[in-house]
Amino acid sequence: MPDLGKYTEYVLLSYGLSIGLLVVLLALTLRRGRKARTALRRIEEETSRNGKN
Amino acid sequence: MSLWEYANPVKFLALSAKVQPFAWAVAAIGIGVGLIWGFFFTPDDFRQGASIKIIYIHVPSAWIAVNAWMMMLVASLIWLVRRHHVSALAARAAAPVGLVMTVIGLLTGAIWGQPIWGTWWAWDPRLTSFLILFLFYLGYIALWEAIEDPDTAADLTAILCLVGSVFALMSRYAVLFWSQGLHQGATLSLDKEENISDVFWQPLVLSIVGFTLLFIALVLYRTGTEIALRRTKALAVRLERDV
Repeated sequence: MPDLGKYTEYVLLSYGLSIGLLVVLLALTLRRGRKARTALRRIEEETSRNGKN
Repeated sequence: MSLWEYANPVKFLALSAKVQPFAWAVAAIGIGVGLIWGFFFTPDDFRQGASIKIIYIHVPSAWIAVNAWMMMLVASLIWLVRRHHVSALAARAAAPVGLVMTVIGLLTGAIWGQPIWGTWWAWDPRLTSFLILFLFYLGYIALWEAIEDPDTAADLTAILCLVGSVFALMSRYAVLFWSQGLHQGATLSLDKEENISDVFWQPLVLSIVGFTLLFIALVLYRTGTEIALRRTKALAVRLERDV
């Protein structure tokens, strides 16, 4: 860990908050994407079973 | 082959599936190497000390915040002129990514400003226009959520995007219009005298490339999600009607 001197808390806070926000964005994006793709697969199966597609 | 072929969701998704692995990989390498290099292996600035290390997050996030809006502007114009649904959905998909980047830009700017300027915030032209851009992102996302008919929502959000572009451009060029602000001029410049030193420049460019590819990967993935949601809704309506 480099010596950040009197700026330690500012630098670490910047990195911590930014990386945290990016991880949350990534997690929410993947979760929403997975849910949407699963829902589409289900409804496509249902429509093809009913011979409507 | 025309660019407009990718307005077809099937073709868009096929291209997106090919581009995404490359985009995710370069994003991870660019951000990972750029931040580690910048944080651990660059010296302190002679004026700003170790606080200069914030630059490797602040500049790339601010770059994406503005350019995400510009990408939304292009997609919105394509929607308004050619009525391609994929472009409207791509604009919608980009907004939350742009919002998060704007928040990171604002937060890291405030945290950096406190030890260097002696204040968390100033009503400086660039900071103020960036704050307004943040409010436009919130309004844009809220408008998509508030309107049920997707085509009407796409129309109204596209118009909001056109208006917001003024502030996106202003947040980039405000330092050129008004010289009384606290915020410094451009960090990167083709003018060797104005550009930051190579020792900071190299990891910064790597980080910017990483953030840009992350934005591309996220927008491609999220546009795929929006297409899936739209198709699910259409099939659900069809099923209900036929029952």
